[in-house]
Amino acid sequence: MLANFMAWIDKRLPVTDAWNKHLAQYPAPKNFNFWYFFGSLAMLVLVNQILTGVWLTMSYEPSGDGAFASVEYIMRDVDYGWLLRYMHSTGASAFFIVVYLHMMRGLMYGSYQKPRELLWIFGMLIFLVLMAEAFMGYLLPWGNMSYWGAQVIISLFGAIPVIGDDLTQWIRGDYVISGATLNRFFALHVVAMPLVLVILVFLHILALHEVGSNNPEGTDVKKPKGSVPLEEQSKFAFHKQYTDKYDIVDAIPFHPYYSVKDIMGVAGFLILFCWVMFFAPEGGGYFIEAPNFEPANGLKTPEHIVPVWYFGPFYTILRVVPDKLLGAVAMFGAIIMLFALPWFDRGTVKAMKYRCTLHTVNLIQFAISFLVLGYLGTKAATPLNNMIGTVASFGYFGFFIALWFYSKNEKTKPVPERVSH
Amino acid sequence: MKKLLLAICALVPLFAFAAGPSVQLDKANNDLTDKESLKNGFKTYINYCLGCHQLQYQRYNRTFKDLGIEEADGVANYMYTGEKAGDHITNTMPNKEAAKWFGTAPPDLTLEARLRSPDWIYTYLRSFYMDSDRPFGVNNKVFKDVGMPHVLQDLQGVSSIDEQGNITPAMGGSLTTEEYDIVVRDLTNFLEYVGEPSKLEREAMGYKVLIFLFIFFIISYLLKKEYWKDVH
Repeated sequence: MLANFMAWIDKRLPVTDAWNKHLAQYPAPKNFNFWYFFGSLAMLVLVNQILTGVWLTMSYEPSGDGAFASVEYIMRDVDYGWLLRYMHSTGASAFFIVVYLHMMRGLMYGSYQKPRELLWIFGMLIFLVLMAEAFMGYLLPWGNMSYWGAQVIISLFGAIPVIGDDLTQWIRGDYVISGATLNRFFALHVVAMPLVLVILVFLHILALHEVGSNNPEGTDVKKPKGSVPLEEQSKFAFHKQYTDKYDIVDAIPFHPYYSVKDIMGVAGFLILFCWVMFFAPEGGGYFIEAPNFEPANGLKTPEHIVPVWYFGPFYTILRVVPDKLLGAVAMFGAIIMLFALPWFDRGTVKAMKYRCTLHTVNLIQFAISFLVLGYLGTKAATPLNNMIGTVASFGYFGFFIALWFYSKNEKTKPVPERVSH
Repeated sequence: MKKLLLAICALVPLFAFAAGPSVQLDKANNDLTDKESLKNGFKTYINYCLGCHQLQYQRYNRTFKDLGIEEADGVANYMYTGEKAGDHITNTMPNKEAAKWFGTAPPDLTLEARLRSPDWIYTYLRSFYMDSDRPFGVNNKVFKDVGMPHVLQDLQGVSSIDEQGNITPAMGGSLTTEEYDIVVRDLTNFLEYVGEPSKLEREAMGYKVLIFLFIFFIISYLLKKEYWKDVH
């Protein structure tokens, strides 16, 4: 009965084939480690954001007069509204934690290198859209930090010569942040951006499955057809799209092996996520900032206007540059550097462990600089903070510059043909 | 390596300037499970605060339910101006006039405990002192030049401030210092409750969810181990 039904479907839509190609017979390297949990976790959080977002939209009122009160209505009068709201607000921060770790994985194992440049660029586009999505979402509760945070970030565009002022007005739809801004941000946050995000995630995964997954050794599990004796090939069955062209080694089908492993990862992640969500939903004032418990007020500036923590690194880079325009250029430049990473790295060895020591040091200093920048972004801009921020900004950009130089004639260790364990 | 060391050195001073607020706040040590304390705080709020400060996002009947007050009792004992039990806790003070009287309109206090913290409220209400330069004759150590009079002065009495900036014990109130602190603690407790009425429910659910997840994690680990026997 079911077999007949599936046969009927498969004649009309290749469901079984797609399932096999992308899950049940997709060759995933068998040596994925802890760092490989974050891709599936990012998908989990995306689904969480979409589902809780849909239900929040049912009770949220996108207007300057009603937004703040409707959030409190959700927190008090809607059944489990507080749960939906905290799942969404904690999910926003969790999304960035997971995505930053996912990107760090890519850096450590050279997953952006040829032939995965496009895969990396799709990932960076996801990151960019995610930042826009989070920025617009943060205005919606219409708290005072929402208001002033948006004010500061939008005013950045005013630094652009000639068109700056008109551009900021066009973005806001008003001379100041107002209900008009809130409404358009709502439209973009709940319709446009999620749509783009989902499409980009789809393309990200398609591109991944076209080139195949990298692994912590940076080896290739797809060897030229006929180059590997049968007894050394993976004993598992893979989809003919892969086996027609390649001999597969050291790989296992994604499903069930990585699906059960990722379920374990999900359980571990949810323990941390729920611990924060149920016992510290404000995240120590970082996930929901205290000034956001009073309504937006154009006449009352919060003591320190700081963006949410996940924008911290880029905000610090903006702030430490004395000139507003150059600061904005540096901030956007920091993101462009990430896009261009596959071309900054002129090396051919992927995994950190087989590259030169300088590369490991460079990666560690980059991670530390990023964390320092992030921390400073949530603090007041004192002279000392700016000095530290300048050093960390040099660390951030220095990573790419140094990489470009030493990767050309890098002394690397021999990369084994096969995964050793 | 130099860069690494430099970056590590750069980290060190970060811990030095985690500066606290300018005034040391006293711990409120309030207890959201203490229903009697919440009821006392609610009563104090209705009698002393609501005239100026609304709780416009909180409903009377929700408060009755959470504090264990029968609705009929609640309507009789906590509601004086003829609203319905399902109404929000509001007053009729016109904002424009209020701004004229106090310099600024008295803010809504529904979320005050989340905006400023319960410890802040607890300390603030115990930090008024005489200051003849101010319109109402009082100033506040936590909130300098606040527009609000010392509404609880009948209870606490009057304090003054010495040259070191320490507040002397209050004199002439109807309550002792200990009794007054309890009144303020109950009020703080109530305001923390109003800030997030679902807090206790949230934490209770959190324990159940975490227990479930720990068990689920162990089972998923065993499942993964079972499946991965084929791989090695």
